Amino acid sequence: MFYLKLSLRNAFRHPLRAVLTITGVAVAILAFGLLRTLVGLWYLGVETSSSTRLITRSSISLVFTLPVSYRERIRHIPGVTEVSTMNWFGGIYVSEKNFFPNFAVEPKTFLALYPEFIIEDAEKKSFLKDRRGAVAGYKLAAKHGWKIGDRIILKGTIFPGEWDFVLRGIYRGAQRSTDESQFFFHWDYLNESLRRTVPRRADQVGLYVIGVDSPEKAPEVAQAIDATFRNSLAETMSETEKAFQLSFVAMTEAIMIAIKIVSYVVIVIIMVVAANTMAMTARERIAEYATMKALGFKWSHVAITVFGESLFIALLGGAIGVLLTFPTANLLEKELSQFFPVFRISPVTIYFQIAAATLVGVVSSVFPVYRASTINISEGLRRIG
Amino acid sequence: MKNNDGADLEEGEKPHIVELISVSKAYQRGSQIIPVLEDITFSIADGEFLALMGPSGSGKSTLLNLIAGIDSVDKGSILVKGLDISSLSESGLASWRSANVGLIFQFYNLIPVLTAFENIELPLLLTDLSGKRRKEQVETVLSLVNLSDRMDHYPSQLSGGQQQRVAIARAMVTDPAILVADEPTGDLDRASAVEILSFMDRLVKEFGKTVIMVTHDPKAAENAHRIIRLEKGVLLNPSQQKV
Repeated sequence: MFYLKLSLRNAFRHPLRAVLTITGVAVAILAFGLLRTLVGLWYLGVETSSSTRLITRSSISLVFTLPVSYRERIRHIPGVTEVSTMNWFGGIYVSEKNFFPNFAVEPKTFLALYPEFIIEDAEKKSFLKDRRGAVAGYKLAAKHGWKIGDRIILKGTIFPGEWDFVLRGIYRGAQRSTDESQFFFHWDYLNESLRRTVPRRADQVGLYVIGVDSPEKAPEVAQAIDATFRNSLAETMSETEKAFQLSFVAMTEAIMIAIKIVSYVVIVIIMVVAANTMAMTARERIAEYATMKALGFKWSHVAITVFGESLFIALLGGAIGVLLTFPTANLLEKELSQFFPVFRISPVTIYFQIAAATLVGVVSSVFPVYRASTINISEGLRRIG
Repeated sequence: MKNNDGADLEEGEKPHIVELISVSKAYQRGSQIIPVLEDITFSIADGEFLALMGPSGSGKSTLLNLIAGIDSVDKGSILVKGLDISSLSESGLASWRSANVGLIFQFYNLIPVLTAFENIELPLLLTDLSGKRRKEQVETVLSLVNLSDRMDHYPSQLSGGQQQRVAIARAMVTDPAILVADEPTGDLDRASAVEILSFMDRLVKEFGKTVIMVTHDPKAAENAHRIIRLEKGVLLNPSQQKV
């Protein structure tokens, strides 16, 4: 109890220094948490992907399309339970800064394949009925103030023109990690328009989403699909949804590695700063430590005092950093929703933050603890005055 | 009655509490070895007030540190109550100091973040005493140094003389047989110095403590039973001059 009291009082002996050090640790832990969350979000699509969904696309590139006629042929491959079509639409709402992912999908099969998008029955029926109908995620609708029945116009980039939709449903995510910032509309609406305006681009699918009856069969089904279309004009490449998402992440992996390194560098920097502060503190208090040892306190008693002070400062800074992470993440989620629709702090990130703060406390105390506990008493006593 | 070494005591002579036998000490500065004390031999009687005097660098503080078990000898031995403290380990010395020696420093060496009460309580934390018993003991010594009304004050809220009284109380609180004081009046004005010296005198006369005090000040040494002078690490008056 005495050592705790002494550590706490020593920690705030120089209030400005203590506040600055604690602030430094708090900011570092906050930055560390946010950067780690950012890295985690990058892989969110991979983590939330289903093991019973396959993605089939052109074997040449994602920008090449596949004939819609493949749909029925895929449906008849053993192990396939459902097939849906999907095209990246790339429409802009009012201006480019309002970016959100928007897709033309085959509604009935799409909603069957993506049970994580929860939509009320009445809204679902209304969406299925209306060719111009669209469904938006809750966050997207809230951001733009959309209500059911609102008319939404997207300006096409890949498919030129102004595209007129009626919001028929707003979906919620089944999990906290489900993206609620997407926009879906009828693939038929897109296709019928293309038939009229640009017939050569009609009846083409960006990718097929395929349901399989069990995860174990996924590789086998993927091979069967690709074998079916081998040596055709549009060969396919089928893979699990996870592998498909990973291929996107892999494109930016270097950036993610850089962010990870930066997050560790932040911790190393604050470790050095805190160690310097603690070393300075220990240097100033050498005479006190020498006095304690002269009075009969052992090196371990002195070490506990110094270690306790260092750990307290780091953990207090860490706790503030952790507490600040939540409102900051909420703010980022609100402000950067077009880039990071879900910016939530995972429990693992919190554990990492606490571990990082503890590490800062422990490492920054090593030198001062060594110095304080090995001080020669008579030399230490001479430091006073 | 016999001394620690077994020699018979003369009538009225008190047994030796401290005995230094051919003590030498040197410090190393880089590759250079600087002798500080050379072949020091003398004894201190139980209940004696001894003043160690000498110019700066004469080795008197080093000698005091050796007697207090703060530093260790290079050669020779120091017997305190018959125990050769030069044979103790660092940890053993720490335990021995906390039980047998009270320390008083020139600059008081109080812990600034602890109150007068808490500073005095410090050495008792190393004992098995209960909180209640510690409190009683601290209050007793606080009243002895007339600082009962200042127990909750921090060192920065006390004058130099009051801080030194707190330091004396801290030195006394474990009731050690020996009190060592390194220039206890060196940082005080004359009035405070007189007050501190009278406290030291009381410690000897009323409580029978053995006080060993390093001082530059002849006035401070006036109260001592005996003055030992050092110069360049050598005893000038090995015959142990009486005041």
